[in-house]
Amino acid sequence: MKTMANTRIKDSMIDRIFVGAIYVFLVLVLLAVLYPLIYIVSASFSSPSAVTSGRVWLLPVNPTILGYTSIFKNPQIIQGFSNSLFYTVVGTFISVSITIMLAYPLSRKTFYGSKLIMFLLVFTMIFDGGLIPLYLVVKNLNLIDTIWALLLPSALAVFQVIIARAFFQSTIPDELVEASEMDGCSDIGFIFKVVLPLAKPIIAVLVLMYAVMKWNMYFDALIYLKSEELFPLQIILRSILILNTDTSANIQEMLKMQGLKELMKYSLIVVSSIPVLVLYPFVQKHFVKGMLIGSVKG
Amino acid sequence: MSTKTAMSNQPNSKSINGKNLVLLNKSATLKKIKKHWQLHLLIFIPLVFLITFKYVPMAGVVIAFKDYSVVKGIAGSDWVGLKYFEYFFNSPNFALLIKNTLGLSIYGLIVGFICPIILALALNEVQNARFKKFAQTLTYAPYFISTVIMVSIIILFLSPSAGLLNNILGLFGIEANNFLGNPSYFKSIYVWSDVWQNAGYATIIYLAALAGVDTQLYEAAKVDGANRLQKIINVDIPGILPIIIVLLILNIGTIMSLGFEKIYLLQNPLNINSSEVISTYVYKIGLLGANFSFASAVGLFNSIVNFILIISANTISKKFSSSSLW
Repeated sequence: MKTMANTRIKDSMIDRIFVGAIYVFLVLVLLAVLYPLIYIVSASFSSPSAVTSGRVWLLPVNPTILGYTSIFKNPQIIQGFSNSLFYTVVGTFISVSITIMLAYPLSRKTFYGSKLIMFLLVFTMIFDGGLIPLYLVVKNLNLIDTIWALLLPSALAVFQVIIARAFFQSTIPDELVEASEMDGCSDIGFIFKVVLPLAKPIIAVLVLMYAVMKWNMYFDALIYLKSEELFPLQIILRSILILNTDTSANIQEMLKMQGLKELMKYSLIVVSSIPVLVLYPFVQKHFVKGMLIGSVKG
Repeated sequence: MSTKTAMSNQPNSKSINGKNLVLLNKSATLKKIKKHWQLHLLIFIPLVFLITFKYVPMAGVVIAFKDYSVVKGIAGSDWVGLKYFEYFFNSPNFALLIKNTLGLSIYGLIVGFICPIILALALNEVQNARFKKFAQTLTYAPYFISTVIMVSIIILFLSPSAGLLNNILGLFGIEANNFLGNPSYFKSIYVWSDVWQNAGYATIIYLAALAGVDTQLYEAAKVDGANRLQKIINVDIPGILPIIIVLLILNIGTIMSLGFEKIYLLQNPLNINSSEVISTYVYKIGLLGANFSFASAVGLFNSIVNFILIISANTISKKFSSSSLW
């Protein structure tokens, strides 16, 4: 509707210059976003010497897949990858379940105590106990250095609850609830027969939001985990990409393969971003939807 | 909590007779709960999560006023009052931590807040639907990159040996520079890489608000002979102002709680003087140094300042405009 209104405005000379300037600005912004991404992919397919001597500019130089083959030879990366998949799948399942279990009752006007619980939820957004008290709670529950430390403390995200509640409020009218009550349908029966089938869009939003969160999660693993075999991919990435410590290679090999290591970093960035990038086309549409439900109605 | 106690009272609800008003109210409440007992049961599990991982830690902040020892536990440790707060305020790190934290977050707040608005206003002027869609898809993408990967990219690109930025500067005959080793560059690196990663995604909400601006206002602007820039200033910006204010309040409330992950990962011994902030300090003192009480005091100080900031921002906004969080 708005674009129609725009086209009806006859562009004056000033306007045409202005629109031209906007296009130039946006093209520059797009180049600034795109170029680093293209460079990373191109570098990941170039030869080690081309990367270390800075001969890569736009397209791969002396193309190889050496960087990628060396990633799949690294047992740490493989383990981190599979651990992260586990944390993402199980963690997302737990998070989505409890988010819906909390959001649906809160969306019902007849639910006693919803105001108090909403207050308790929102309050956590403006005040929190801090890192150390939370760490001590996790410690006292004996969750330190177990998979549960990554699955439970961060399971409930308040923002997601608010989005889901807004969705239920707008898609499940009170009349529907009343009608089902007249038919003698229990609350649980109503949830399985009516609410969940209608909630598919919000479930998709929640799954995607939580999955991206869990796949990218790093801090919880840093503070709660000690055993290497439990490390998610992000921790392994940090030790290889940022700390430059790769325990799997001995020093001589490392010196010989210095160039390969630099190359591997680019390949690793590409590989570890793939799970999220594969989801991206779906993610984008649903994230936008989710953001809008949460912001406009919440 | 209320659910729990209410549920255990349930069997009594029949025995309560409406002899006076209080009892009548109570039994009405119980009836409501009883009618939807399945929903109360359902909400019980997530409430356990909320209480265990949000509210128990809030109670746990008492260790900031105690000399916490692992052996004695939280309840058994001795009270020390404000000892750790005084210790923090008097420590040589205090001024530096506050300066870095505020410097980084205010710089980030201003730049990170204005860029998405400008981008959204520009995207809103695009009439070619395909170009607009492409621009949006591309600028949202970096949002999904993890912090670890983002920091790795920054480190690789800024590397003094064969980093992309130095290669480019080399073309203009500028000597290689160790950007991350220079404390004076740290803030800009942090803030502008954040803009690169998040500005596109942050436009979603503004674009939605812009799509909702009343078309009659554009008609009126046209009749008044406004050009495009005047239309942006007089129609678009006032149209999205309420959402701008709400987001600004939310952002002000988090001024002291900078993202720990990115700063911690970008830190190195050379830039530590401008990169040490409250959250990284709490992590180092508390978890790496096992000084739980001191770190909790610092963390609590942080939370309280945030709390005061968000409340004041909201109050001010309520006074001068109709937009507020509550």
